[in-house]
Amino acid sequence: MSEQLALLPDYLTAHIQLTLLALLFSTTLSLPLGIAITRTPWLEQAVLALAGVIQTVPSLALLAVMVPMLAGLDLPSIGFLPAIIGLTLYGILPILRGTVTGIAGVDAATKEAARGVGMTPWQQLSQVEVPLAMPVIVAGIRTATVWLVGTATLSTPVGATSLGNYIFSGLQTRNTSAVLVGCVAAAGLALVLDALVRVVESGVRTRRRPQVVVAAGLMALLYLFVATTLVAPRMSSDERPIVIGAKTFTEQYILSAILSEWIEQETGRSTSVLQSLGSTVAFDALGADEIDLYVEYTGTLWATELDRGNENATRSDVLTEVERFIREQHAMTLVARLGFENAYALAVRRADAERLGLTQISDLTRHARTWVVGGDYEFFARPEWKSIQRTYGLEFADLRTMDSTLMYQAAAQGNVDVISAFSSDGRVSAYDLVVLQDELGAIPPYDAVVLASPRLSTEEPDVIRAVAALENRIAVDTMRRMNLAVDEEGEAPATVAARFVTTLQR
Amino acid sequence: MIELQGVSKRYGGETVVDQLSITVDTGELLVLLGGSGSGKTTTLKMINRLVAPTAGSVRVDGVDVSGIPEHDLRRRIGYVFQEVGLFPHMTVSDNVGITPKLLGWEPARVTRRVDELLSIIELEPSSVRDRWPHELSGGQRQRVGVARALAAGPSILLLDEPFGAVDPPTRRRLQDSLVHIRRHMDLTAVFVTHDMAEALFLGDRIAVLRDGHLIQIGTPRELLADPADDYVTELVGTPQRQADMFAALQTDTET
Repeated sequence: MSEQLALLPDYLTAHIQLTLLALLFSTTLSLPLGIAITRTPWLEQAVLALAGVIQTVPSLALLAVMVPMLAGLDLPSIGFLPAIIGLTLYGILPILRGTVTGIAGVDAATKEAARGVGMTPWQQLSQVEVPLAMPVIVAGIRTATVWLVGTATLSTPVGATSLGNYIFSGLQTRNTSAVLVGCVAAAGLALVLDALVRVVESGVRTRRRPQVVVAAGLMALLYLFVATTLVAPRMSSDERPIVIGAKTFTEQYILSAILSEWIEQETGRSTSVLQSLGSTVAFDALGADEIDLYVEYTGTLWATELDRGNENATRSDVLTEVERFIREQHAMTLVARLGFENAYALAVRRADAERLGLTQISDLTRHARTWVVGGDYEFFARPEWKSIQRTYGLEFADLRTMDSTLMYQAAAQGNVDVISAFSSDGRVSAYDLVVLQDELGAIPPYDAVVLASPRLSTEEPDVIRAVAALENRIAVDTMRRMNLAVDEEGEAPATVAARFVTTLQR
Repeated sequence: MIELQGVSKRYGGETVVDQLSITVDTGELLVLLGGSGSGKTTTLKMINRLVAPTAGSVRVDGVDVSGIPEHDLRRRIGYVFQEVGLFPHMTVSDNVGITPKLLGWEPARVTRRVDELLSIIELEPSSVRDRWPHELSGGQRQRVGVARALAAGPSILLLDEPFGAVDPPTRRRLQDSLVHIRRHMDLTAVFVTHDMAEALFLGDRIAVLRDGHLIQIGTPRELLADPADDYVTELVGTPQRQADMFAALQTDTET
């Protein structure tokens, strides 16, 4: 718990930055827009409908879609910018609706009186309509505030640090105290910000000046804090650290920590790790030089980038093709093959396997129709799954998508009968599961490889040389043990990584 | 002086006011009298351009109002609304002082003027100045509405059924106040009502409207003596009929 709390200042600061900036942008966009559209009825319907559509996009997808969009515009596509843009869009609707409803709700007789006493249109708006609409507008701002605090936790997968780092990594590494810290901190922040906005509004409405001064002062201090924490690091950065990306699962956390530790030790360069990136986000970010290194799996690129998931190919063929593809198409370098595979595999309970004599995937055909298969978020949408279905002709009774950490438990407890396990995952044996052989080669090989960005490939030969030294240094058993140490024994990925690096000989 | 010349208002195909020509002399109080849908309120609102005429011209003190910026025009013309329309988020003094403030008066001058007006409309400045509109009675609100209309010292006052929503005794007192105010200020006024007794009591002249047309215009005496048609006859006869009914009831109780 204490090592989790040590991360709180960083994560909370980043979270406050995201939330408050997005709130500021949403408000400054929505207020004038809301006022403008109350003057133009046909526009009002159109704009509210559009904002409503944005709102119905799941927030995680809204944030994730910013990545390719920004990359297409040659803008920084991971980290702060996509998160801020996504969150700002998300915050627009409640404030816009509050503004429109509030202004529409001002009594017609009062509006006519405003004209009648000789107010200009601007004075009617600023002295009568907006003040009278304010409680409804502020209600919209409060809704947006609470939504934004919650949604900002989803900035983690697009590469922006937030309290979501606790939640994503905590869920992946089965660290409930991390999840708890993240959730409690987010809830606390939401309550505090909501209360501040509410107190400012009620103070203005009832004309209690001290109350307004105190609450607005606190709010201003928070914004000052955001401004200084945003500007300060930019001022002091002399040398850009080597940025190592990590996707959203335990093995990636460990490997990124190993890379970080190893590079610092071998080259003396500073490094930073960008955690919990979405799978394609990491690849796009590498191509755009926004991260310098990350560990990828050949089969993933084979299926998603080369679009050849339907072909059955050997491990070395896939490696060769992928290496050439990323070099020729993306100017990246495949620096090292770490020495183990983390392939998708189908796993069943050992008891079932022994009782029914299951050793290979084709043995499932007899039982599939009555069995339930569990897969992680991507599995059933991936070409590997289609390839398995086609190659073995499998039809299951039901498909269940779940978090990969919960999958093993679900299988062990009998909630599902087959899962999409990972071959390097220590929990396969820990939960007494058996991996079925892919005797027809339906699943492509998944060699773990370190990829380097175009920039790193050309400009940092020392770093490349250091990483290349990791070639073949991690056997599958080693990886399983390290994964298990984090997933089941509750060790921090950094601790496990540091211990591994000390075993490496120079 | 207010001159309406051939003024019409049409909404889509519907004609609400049709070719109306009326002159209100300086210092005169003209009552626009008619039932609902007669176009009397629309006519009133066309004087300060709360409603823009479809055709015709409105001149105030010889100047065509279409050439004056709307807010400038309205700051020079006091307007008392049927629904009062006090600003709920402003105190009584802020409501009364709004037009002077819009005209850029010094705050101290606004304050003096607000107190002066509250006294004229028979409210105690120190006790109502800082109250909110919702804390006032209906009659008090209506008085504040009148004070607000008079605050910037307009030469013209427009009143749209200002006393329609208050109880009869309050209404009577408000009417007396208005007579009192007219005596103290040099006002040209147009007063919209559907109440004949009120029209006879307040009006120097009465213009009877029906379906957007002017039926008859004249002093109360002229209307009583020589009603133009059956409708006017019926209208001017209303107070008499009410008095007869009242007398009959009294006779019944006595016997």
